[in-house]
Amino acid sequence: MTALLEVSGVTVSFDGFRAINNLTFAIQAAELRAIIGPNGAGKSTFMDIVTGKTRPDSGSVTFGEKSLSLLKLSEAKIARAGIGRKFQRPTVFEDQTVHENLTLALKAARSPWAVLAWRKTAQDEDRIQALAAQVGLGDSLDRKAGILSHGQKQWLEIAMLLAQEPRLLLVDEPAAGMTLAEREKTTELLVDIARTRAVVVVEHDMEFVRRLNCKVTVLHEGAVLAEGSLDHVTKNQAVIDVYLGRG
Amino acid sequence: MRLTALVVAALCWLAPMPTLAQEAARIVQENRDQIVKPSRQTIGPVITALAASGDPMADDILSAWEAKRLVIRKSDEALFLALPEGDGFALTALDGTPAGTAVKADLTELKPNAGVRGLIATALVQFTLSDPDPVKRQEALTSIAQDPTAEALEPLRAAIASEADPAMKAQKERLERLLTLRFDPASEARVAAIDSFGADLGLDLRAALNPLVVTTRVASATPPDGNVAGELRLGTDIPEDEAYALLVAANLAPARLTLEEQRAALLANLSGGMVGGVPVAELDTQAARDRAYTALEASGAVPVAATDDEAKAALATAKFYEVYAEPDPAVTSAAQAALGRIGTKVGVMQTADLGLDALSLASIYFLAAIGLAITFGVMGVINMAHGEFITIGAYTGYVVQLFVPDYTLSILIALPLAFAITFGGGVAMERLVIRHLYKRPLETLLATFGISIALQQILKNVFGTQARPLTSPAWLDGAWVLNDVVSISYIRIAIFVLALIFLGFFLYLMKRTRLGLEVRAVTQNPAMAASMGINPDRINMLTFGLGSGIAGIAGVAIGLFAKVTSELGTDYIVQSFMTVVVGGVGSIWGTLAGATMIGGFQKVIEFFNPSNTLAAQTYMILFIILFIQFRPRGIIALRGRAAGD
Amino acid sequence: MTLLQPRHRSALIFIACLAVFTIAVTIAAHFGLVSTSFVKTLGKTLCLCLAALAMDLIWGYAGILSLGHMAFFALGGYMIGMWLMYARTEEIVVASLLNGGLPATPEEISQGIATQIFGVVGASDLPAIWSFAYSLPLQLALVVAVPGLLALVFGWLAFRSRVTGVYLSILTQAMTLALALYLFQNDSGLRGNNGLSGLQNLPGVTASQDAVSLWFFWASAAALAVAYLTLHAIVSGKFGSVIRAIRDDEARVRFLGYSVEGYKLFVFTLTAVICALAGALYYPQAGIINPAELAPIASIYLAVWVAIGGRGRLYGAVIGAAIVSLLSSWFTGGRVPSIPLGFATINWVDWWLVLLGLTFVCVTLFAPKGIGGLFDRFAGVLTPDRKGAPLGPDDGSLMEQEAQK
Repeated sequence: MTALLEVSGVTVSFDGFRAINNLTFAIQAAELRAIIGPNGAGKSTFMDIVTGKTRPDSGSVTFGEKSLSLLKLSEAKIARAGIGRKFQRPTVFEDQTVHENLTLALKAARSPWAVLAWRKTAQDEDRIQALAAQVGLGDSLDRKAGILSHGQKQWLEIAMLLAQEPRLLLVDEPAAGMTLAEREKTTELLVDIARTRAVVVVEHDMEFVRRLNCKVTVLHEGAVLAEGSLDHVTKNQAVIDVYLGRG
Repeated sequence: MRLTALVVAALCWLAPMPTLAQEAARIVQENRDQIVKPSRQTIGPVITALAASGDPMADDILSAWEAKRLVIRKSDEALFLALPEGDGFALTALDGTPAGTAVKADLTELKPNAGVRGLIATALVQFTLSDPDPVKRQEALTSIAQDPTAEALEPLRAAIASEADPAMKAQKERLERLLTLRFDPASEARVAAIDSFGADLGLDLRAALNPLVVTTRVASATPPDGNVAGELRLGTDIPEDEAYALLVAANLAPARLTLEEQRAALLANLSGGMVGGVPVAELDTQAARDRAYTALEASGAVPVAATDDEAKAALATAKFYEVYAEPDPAVTSAAQAALGRIGTKVGVMQTADLGLDALSLASIYFLAAIGLAITFGVMGVINMAHGEFITIGAYTGYVVQLFVPDYTLSILIALPLAFAITFGGGVAMERLVIRHLYKRPLETLLATFGISIALQQILKNVFGTQARPLTSPAWLDGAWVLNDVVSISYIRIAIFVLALIFLGFFLYLMKRTRLGLEVRAVTQNPAMAASMGINPDRINMLTFGLGSGIAGIAGVAIGLFAKVTSELGTDYIVQSFMTVVVGGVGSIWGTLAGATMIGGFQKVIEFFNPSNTLAAQTYMILFIILFIQFRPRGIIALRGRAAGD
Repeated sequence: MTLLQPRHRSALIFIACLAVFTIAVTIAAHFGLVSTSFVKTLGKTLCLCLAALAMDLIWGYAGILSLGHMAFFALGGYMIGMWLMYARTEEIVVASLLNGGLPATPEEISQGIATQIFGVVGASDLPAIWSFAYSLPLQLALVVAVPGLLALVFGWLAFRSRVTGVYLSILTQAMTLALALYLFQNDSGLRGNNGLSGLQNLPGVTASQDAVSLWFFWASAAALAVAYLTLHAIVSGKFGSVIRAIRDDEARVRFLGYSVEGYKLFVFTLTAVICALAGALYYPQAGIINPAELAPIASIYLAVWVAIGGRGRLYGAVIGAAIVSLLSSWFTGGRVPSIPLGFATINWVDWWLVLLGLTFVCVTLFAPKGIGGLFDRFAGVLTPDRKGAPLGPDDGSLMEQEAQK
């Protein structure tokens, strides 16, 4: 079984500073993976590279069965290929209602002409209702996203990601700013999503990572320092030195 | 000849004047018969002797003789110089003493023929060329240079050796060569004169050479007589219309009919609603009109005109040549070669001149844009009113000159005053408007545009629509001339120096002062800078004031050579924006690079299409749009996360 | 999705108002209560409103502050002007040649037209760009095609290289300046700074200017109505949602899989075409067009109108354009009494621009919703309390005071 996403030998530097240094990484089609690492380890840059925001200086990034190279694709094409991304800060369209936000994200043709011709079907409406209900926003469909609470925005964004129906989800610190109950619900949701698609979670909170109960990759100075179960990596001396030991 | 001239000169310089006072009169008296009835063949030595006499009166005598003002008084057969005065003439004796007046009837005018007058004229030229007064010599040289003739060649040659002033001697020698290459009878001498110039850049040389290579085009079945430059290929070297006109001129083909002529001929032969058998109503196509005209031709009612086919046939058999007006092939080829050499050198010099022009334009753009670049770089604010600050600076200069008449002093006062006024304006604008639109660059752009139209209209209401004078000090007038091709006006040099001073000032300010450090900190990360105790408000205010203040100074500089109207700034604002965009934001070097690039590019386009600055600007903007494709963040761009992609 | 849904209410009210206005002006003109020149002014104002609608779509909805849309407006005018001038000159030339005794040949006619039109710039041949001027349908197609293609090429270049914010504004400003400078040249083939004139005379129409001005008024009103309804349909659907999302946070839209550049290009070109159509209706009423109409300042005024009316709402753009342009012609027409201040007199012809500039600054600072904000107050719509944060990270995003709760 080949990997869904394969990153190999990727290097990128900003003005001489190597943010990513010969990074190699792979994830299977239905896998949950946590990435941890100290600040500046290259976690965000890694996600930028996969989603096409940053072009690496060298290396290759391929996606899917046909090993589609992502390096030449625009952000939009990568998203359409099936990679969804959730930012650290919740980014929803604050001037639009929850319903409009979900409609935007709903899987459909993305070209301007297709969008002009798009008419909402009953299935679309059902799907929006269902997604909103799943994240607890069933009653807020007509409210502007801008007046939702921080947690609600996080949930709306996760719902938008699900509406996109991606094959790979990149999630940046989903638990930040959430209450304990919300965290638990998020954990369940992520584990549930990972049954049908690949999920990469970047997280600082070790408790949260432990609850995800999945394979962990430790990044340091733009390269993989260790990989394995959380228990395995926390026993790794190098990891303790650079990351855990400091806490 | 040369010997005589030498003698004249030697005498002029060495001998005191009075001893010679009678010399001319003596020569005239001795040769009286010849002078009264001169012959071209024999009068030469007399004229030469007069010219060589060294007597200041000789010039006057010769001039009078040439102008038919040398007269014989009938009463005593004495010779006098006559000047018309009232009804009669005032007489002057040959030694220069006044000799009363006489009426016309008492006098006999000497009327030398044209040949003799020519000899006198030549002698006179030589005379003035050797005049002891350098001003007169210079005048004579200038007049020969302006209107070179073959006759001037000999006297000029004669006047060289005696010339003591080295500068004027060089001038004479140069002029002698210029005349030689055109008028010397010997082909070798002309070629030698041409070659002696090498690749001289003087306009006088090109003016002398160009007539040598003038050609005329002729149509002829066989190669024509004369100095043929070459055969012309139809269509490539000579357009068909022109070629046919040559054929018509040489009577080798009948003239072609213009549409108007055809129309007039048809109308003239209109009878009973028919022309040449074609009804008038049908004459709404060219084919029908041609048919009617051909019918008229056949009946002899109209002259035969060439049809297209005939014209083509005539052109096919004819040959066309280019013939030099100058008959000597050796001279024309030498002149062509010399013009080629000069052309190459002129090209090099023009490139240098273009470089200077571009540099000067770049300094203007740099001055106009640097303030904008600073505010844009530090605050992300596009100040549409920047142009009006430039205008205010120029008007400040004008107002100062109303009170301080000394131009040097007034400029020295205007520069800091303009800075102070626009600095104040900038600070006020920042406090009142821009501060409230922080992080809203588009709204800022529009709000500053509102200020811009209000300011511009206020300036128009106060100063009127007419251009106001802002005069530069006299020492900035004129230009630094390197040769006939390369020159640059002092005012542009001054602006270049001003731009350099600003560059240095800003580099110092940004890299070496506390304020510069704080400005850079705010540029890169305002939040962090604020938490380090830097007051971004204060930095923004100062930056904006500084940017506006520089606009004021730039305004004074620009006002010195541009028309000072309320729209002065508007003319520079888009270029300033372009400079900032092309150069890259937040870097003085970027602005410099942008200004250099835009100034240089504009000058290069103007060079290829010198008559059209409008087109140059059009192409420049197109170029910038394309440039942005390759360097979206300008020439000198911040890279990485700091750039905030 | 019926027209009676609340979100369509504003469109219905607008169309109703426009219809009432059109009928009222028609009746007034019929009874001679308004002059022909005033009908023309109103017709021209409707065309400017149409251009403002386009500006609102691109700036208010898509967040792109284009400072070059009046270039497309003027290009549309030039394209229709070429036909008007050609056809009108042809009539004159044919008539005068007929007086000469012989029926005119096609060559003579085209020569006569060329001399008539281009004598003023010292040329006597029709430039190649006039190749289609003989045909109304072809030239009408060019009204759409020329500005559309220009917008497409320029937009493709600009958006492709991800030029945004003030950079894009400056670049569009440069584009219109370049075009204006190009047209100012005599050898541009469009009569240099003379421009095209006599456009108010419709070829083949013998009706009086009174009637013609009304026709154009109706056509302008109809075009405005159609454009309003079309744009309303666009912005109230999913497409509007996408472009508003691009306005507020284009990076996020990219990660949803939308090609932001494609949408921007689409909107840029669409609005350019709308502006061109508005211009094609405007200039026959104005009678003359010259390159000064493309001056960058004209496009900035367009943005000013939209800002004063209230951006991000279609009726706001129309109201802003109508009020400001009518006030402007009122003030600059010299019909407003001067205000004596003792030491000086405020002559409004001279001081109107000062007033407009400062008013505009105040609107930007204190009433970002513009005149449209009054309607919100009337309808009881509140702005959200966001402690000053705009609704998205992008330069063009809505400000707190512009948003609706």
